Amino acid sequence: MAKYIIKRVLLAVLTVFLVATITFFLMHLVPGGPFVAEKSISADAQAALNAKFGMDKPLIVQYKNYMVGILQGDFSLSLKQRGWTVADIITSRFPVSARIGGLAVLLALLVGVPMGSIAALNRGKWVDNLIIVVATCGIAFPSFVICTVGVYLFGVHLGWLPTFGLASAANYILPVFALSFYPMSYITRLMRSSMLDVIGQDYMRTAKAKGLSRGKCLFKHALRNAILPVVTYVGPMLAYTITGSFIVEKIFVIPGLGGQFVSSITNRDYTVIMGTTIFLATLIIAMNVLVDIVYKIVDPRIQLK
Amino acid sequence: MNTTGSNAATGAAQNVHNPDYLVDIQHERLSFFTPAGEVKALNDVSLYVRPGEVLGIVGESGSGKSVTAYSIMGLTAYPGRLIGGDIWFNGHHINEMSEREMRKMRGNEVSIIFQDPMTSLNPVYTIGNQIREVILLHTSKNKAEANARARELLTLVGINEPDKRLKQYPHELSGGMRQRVMIAIALACEPKLLIADEPTTALDVTIQAQILELIMDLKKRLGMAVILITHDLGVVAGTCDRIAVMYGGKVVESGLTDDIFYRPAHEYTKGLLVSIPNLKDQSHTRLVPIEGSPVDMLNPPAGCPFAPRCRSCMKVCLGRMPEYTHLTDSHYSACWLLDKAEFEQRQREEQA
Amino acid sequence: MTKKNPLSFQLNVDDFLPATEAERQSLNQLRPSVSFWKDAMRRLRKNKVAMVSLFVIIVIILLAFVVPTFYPYRYEEQIKGALYLKPMTFSPDEQARIDAGAKIFPHILGTDNMGRDYAIRVMVGSRISLLVGIIASAIILLIGSIYGSVSGYFGGTVDLVMMRVVDIIYTVPDILLIILLSMALKDPLMALAAKPGWEWVQKLGVNLISIFIVFALLYWVGMARIVRGQVLTLKQSEYVTAARALGASSGRIIRKHLLTNCIGTLIVTTTLQIPSSIFTESFLSFLGLGVAIPMPSLGSLASDGLNGLTSYPYLLLAPALLISLIILSFNLFGDGLRDAFDPKMKS
Repeated sequence: MAKYIIKRVLLAVLTVFLVATITFFLMHLVPGGPFVAEKSISADAQAALNAKFGMDKPLIVQYKNYMVGILQGDFSLSLKQRGWTVADIITSRFPVSARIGGLAVLLALLVGVPMGSIAALNRGKWVDNLIIVVATCGIAFPSFVICTVGVYLFGVHLGWLPTFGLASAANYILPVFALSFYPMSYITRLMRSSMLDVIGQDYMRTAKAKGLSRGKCLFKHALRNAILPVVTYVGPMLAYTITGSFIVEKIFVIPGLGGQFVSSITNRDYTVIMGTTIFLATLIIAMNVLVDIVYKIVDPRIQLK
Repeated sequence: MNTTGSNAATGAAQNVHNPDYLVDIQHERLSFFTPAGEVKALNDVSLYVRPGEVLGIVGESGSGKSVTAYSIMGLTAYPGRLIGGDIWFNGHHINEMSEREMRKMRGNEVSIIFQDPMTSLNPVYTIGNQIREVILLHTSKNKAEANARARELLTLVGINEPDKRLKQYPHELSGGMRQRVMIAIALACEPKLLIADEPTTALDVTIQAQILELIMDLKKRLGMAVILITHDLGVVAGTCDRIAVMYGGKVVESGLTDDIFYRPAHEYTKGLLVSIPNLKDQSHTRLVPIEGSPVDMLNPPAGCPFAPRCRSCMKVCLGRMPEYTHLTDSHYSACWLLDKAEFEQRQREEQA
Repeated sequence: MTKKNPLSFQLNVDDFLPATEAERQSLNQLRPSVSFWKDAMRRLRKNKVAMVSLFVIIVIILLAFVVPTFYPYRYEEQIKGALYLKPMTFSPDEQARIDAGAKIFPHILGTDNMGRDYAIRVMVGSRISLLVGIIASAIILLIGSIYGSVSGYFGGTVDLVMMRVVDIIYTVPDILLIILLSMALKDPLMALAAKPGWEWVQKLGVNLISIFIVFALLYWVGMARIVRGQVLTLKQSEYVTAARALGASSGRIIRKHLLTNCIGTLIVTTTLQIPSSIFTESFLSFLGLGVAIPMPSLGSLASDGLNGLTSYPYLLLAPALLISLIILSFNLFGDGLRDAFDPKMKS
């Protein structure tokens, strides 16, 4: 097991490195620079800024400097948000996104797993059909539709819930629910097909033949097997969700990492882009490794190579 | 259990069963209500098993042999339903039992081992866990006692290093060993009846013999009855006291093993016996199959189910179901040829 | 077991005559064998949800492609004095003309901030969304299946390397690539649009073309993985081995066995890819990275509509709901196709 973890970690580091490299060179591929569009900058000031941030050096040198910096834990300063280090930006924004994302994933699991199971156990009946249609709507409706309709219905029309900022607990309701809608629906569908698979297996018949009650059969024998695909899905999905959804953060005016990422791209804030990309990639890959390990614990058949 | 048909329709006396029998199935009718239609899997099946006896049920796929056995335990798969007849087991009237009462019975008074040991065990739990499960369910033992009993059982079924095995997972064991584990689970609570549904079909030939020997040995030690379901006549020859031959959802012949093998009365049984290649045959002797294809259970014929394939088929066979003719106390068969023989016998007597 | 006397009165001697061959055969009614396609189509037709979805898709296609040609309004036509009209109302000007006897087609969905009839804009918007979805899915199908089948067929190191590339592409955040690419391609494409014969580039918008390029670069990986998985599994099937044992050539095996078994999955995956592409396009248009104005796409219409949400909700709700309906119908139909093609599914 230890050997496996080490191997995965090394592979992960390599992948992150590759992703960072690709991002770096892609960023610089775009003509212009971070300071070109700023209105009040004279050519001299621009040159000075470029020099300050080491942007007048050849690309390869910049790359080397940056990578060396990373290895020492220095993600450099933000180019656009003067006075902020990239690390600070990420650490101030990430918890906001993480809180909302975490709650959303939790909600998705708490609703999705039972719903999918209920649908599978009542296959063909109206309960099943209803759940399938609702879940399909959930994965079909784009997040901006859910968010905007939610804002309109509950915020404007009915006036029940606040629609922007994070002032109170009530403010969390709409964004968390909007963010959880897609994963909730996906998990429902996944759980349903997985459960259908499992209840047709021979070992379920053995369990019944032993005299186990229906509940015991389901919770002990079926669930453990059926949940495996959901585990595989949740890992990376969690990583994506806690790093923030741009749409949700834009519509509900939430100061999270997702919005920050997009604005840094449009602003050409190279260092922030690099830092956030590396952060995101590391998180996703870490989640993948974690999922594989959890999978091995839950399903003893898996042979990890 | 749901029964929608009334027992009165069969004309047999209701709720009267033979107390000497451990299993008494009378005129069972069972259908599967599928989207394609009603599949009449069991069309008036009657069987009995005495305590300590080994009954072999022989038939091809689709004959209804597994369905019959499962119905004793209430394991009929959805969308199957009992629509007629009575099933008695160990004094219980199965038709009228609630699901709760059935659960107490399963794994306890009657157990079953299935055909494919590869898939019959849950892959994510240890062997020990799965054996302990049935012990903890039906007895008042605690976990440590259950574990001790599990160890005992593994030794009983001939698995070495029981302590090590208890901690292993199903995928770490071979097919033969897994089947032994299934037997251990089945015997954990010393049931009165063990149903073995094609227990050796999925195993190598050498292992087959071992498993059969094991089952018979345990039967002797524990004094339980066994229903052995198979399509392989070789398996029943050495092990069973009595044999029931099923075809098309009906028992076409039943009797002592010797009767069936040496004095087969039904054309289907005769066909089965003839089709077994003989070791002493000359090379290039043609094999003798039974012509035709199995019955379509969506539209079973009104007459004898075997009629279209029978070489001695008569007009009456196609339209009317034959009644049972008793050749001895224990040997009977449903075939119009036997009736014909009786008919002619009586005519001769009348003329004399 | 009671012994009965069956011969009392029901039978006569003739019944015991041997049955003729014809009489025996009459009971053997073999059900006719059905081909894989017919079977799948039959299952599909029985699926009510899928059939309703198909109907909805056809209606939407008609609305997007056919109706606009004879609709009385154009999508870029700005009607003076008719700004922000609520659905089914007229501007004072138009009302005056109606009173004078002229016939004016009602604004079913009202008008937008520039006096453009919203219904036609929504319809043309759907056209764009559908086109993008279908073209993008075609690109993905092509690249993905070629990549996946090559990787799966050759196996070994080739497969290993190709799949590592896929993993890396998966990890790069797509928003990043799309935005960067849009920015990077802006100038070159503008230059191209100035050349004669390439004006359509200007019309469609640099961003839209970037989207297509991004699809071609990024989103085929899912399809590639699926196709590779299929090819790997099918390669090992016993019927392939059997075919080889019978002397079939590789070409025949690939054509008759591998491909035909893949087609079901390919059709289903592509059908499900269409709503996914439409989803992505609408998301990007919502961000402002989609089609160039004045050409509408459902995503950009929704984005514009967001601003006036409190006063003019219909400007947001109409495109938002329509795009949801499109994606939903395609998804439900794709699900239905999957169920129909899967022979192991017991209804």
